[in-house]
Amino acid sequence: MTMQIADSGSLTSPDAKARAHALAARDNLRTEPRAVRIVIIALAMLFLSVFVVLPLVVVFAQALSKGIFAYFAALSDPEALSAIKLTLVVAAISVGLNLVFGLVAAWAIAKFDFPGKTFLITLIDLPFSVSPVISGLVFVLLFGAQGYFGGWLRDHDIQILFAVPGIALATTFVTFPFVARALIPLMQEQGTQEEEAAISLGASGLQTFFRVTLPNIKWGVLYGVLLCNARAMGEFGAVSVVSGHIRGETNTMPLLVEILYNEYQFVAAFAIASLLAMLALITLIAKTILERHLDEGQDVNDH
Amino acid sequence: MGLTLSWLSVIILIPLAGLFLKSLELSPEQFWNILSSRRTLNALRVSFGLAFAAACVNLVMGSIIVWALVRYRFPGRKLFDAIVDVPFALPTAVAGVALTSLFAEKGWLGAPLAALGIKVAFTPLGIFVAMIFIGIPFVVRTVQPVLQDLEIELEEASGSLGASRWQTITRVILPSLAPALLTGLALAFARAVGEYGSVIFIAGNLPNVSEIAPLLIVIRLSEFRYADATAIAVIMLVVSFVIIFAVNRLQRWAQNRVPVH
Repeated sequence: MTMQIADSGSLTSPDAKARAHALAARDNLRTEPRAVRIVIIALAMLFLSVFVVLPLVVVFAQALSKGIFAYFAALSDPEALSAIKLTLVVAAISVGLNLVFGLVAAWAIAKFDFPGKTFLITLIDLPFSVSPVISGLVFVLLFGAQGYFGGWLRDHDIQILFAVPGIALATTFVTFPFVARALIPLMQEQGTQEEEAAISLGASGLQTFFRVTLPNIKWGVLYGVLLCNARAMGEFGAVSVVSGHIRGETNTMPLLVEILYNEYQFVAAFAIASLLAMLALITLIAKTILERHLDEGQDVNDH
Repeated sequence: MGLTLSWLSVIILIPLAGLFLKSLELSPEQFWNILSSRRTLNALRVSFGLAFAAACVNLVMGSIIVWALVRYRFPGRKLFDAIVDVPFALPTAVAGVALTSLFAEKGWLGAPLAALGIKVAFTPLGIFVAMIFIGIPFVVRTVQPVLQDLEIELEEASGSLGASRWQTITRVILPSLAPALLTGLALAFARAVGEYGSVIFIAGNLPNVSEIAPLLIVIRLSEFRYADATAIAVIMLVVSFVIIFAVNRLQRWAQNRVPVH
């Protein structure tokens, strides 16, 4: 902005020149010397390149370091395939559960007033700030051999820990806030007028929800599901504690990355890691697009 | 409503209650003995100390990045803006192996650093680097919207009243950003303290030196020393509660402060 105004030489009349000077002077109050600007931009770019871009590039470089055939061979290994399948199953379960719950929770919080609402919001936020290892630990304490339900589960021959249900539970715990968090501000902003209108015109509660509430928040729902899914597929700490690392059975993709890496199978480890990195990149691109939709939706509501 | 609450209790309340119940099985003396053992203390010191140092680096670098992204126009600005979110989106295990191979002695950055006599991977310095990586989006994304919404008139008033640019920044802009900066610092710190995946690969995991508290919990669990694991977890949990609480208070304070301007 500053540069454009100061550098435009097409202003010829004295009046316009004076105005340009005034504008430039006004902008000078709000900007830094050129040298300072360059240093700040360079620092920001350097820091982001070293700490964020390079690690991403390393993943793909290492994955392809032995050629494209080694890369695809690593990905089509039975162990890799079973990890990919397990990751997809677990993500589907926890995204599904959190989608339903997130919708209901956001609806309750945004459209109704009740005692303990702040407490409820704090609880929803909690998994964000708890160490993933602790998220896994709580399920070991509940369902482990020495856990509170451990004996009962053994008597009934139900396997939760070191099996798919435990992994799905821990993932659900960790990804719990995403959908609700994406929807609460959106639904609060929209208020209850449209729903009240629908109800007073004779729509049932469910009709109101599916015909009025849901269409209004569809981008928000997608946004929450997107972030929830990314985290569900990439979760490591919590899953690592409850999985038991049974090869070909309870290893998700991030866990397989760890095992292969520790066995010095770097190409294979980075090949799996590259899939997860691609997931992250696709998530970010989709997120940017969705954010544009969400902004537009807000603009429409503002007018 | 009922559905919300019961689902919430199944997924969050019961597991957490289980953790605290388990820790109540310990006598205060046992609890204290576990926490004051040399290895536990060192692990907590490594986690909290390095997390705080990393959060401080993120505070400074995050402010510079926000300033560049919001106030200046340069080629690739939108790309860099999007890149800030990568540590959020990249699975932690992937970040861990990537940073390790980058900073290992033969890595792209590790090799030149090793030539200078600086060893990063498999030392506490590596933990520090990983914690900086995962914390950066927290500072940027909390401060960015506040700087964007900052009223231009304030700066112009300050400048036209004769304040130097530096005075305007330190006396006018920084105080308005302070709550957001502190929130960002707290969030980056909380995340770094609990971080596991991106740290354990690069850490070296030497007891008492480069062993983080979450890893010690995992080790104790694998040794079936559940009481030890629980005690460390409870301490970390209490600290993160305090941090969330502080952040919430900070934000309420910042909101109430706005009309004064």
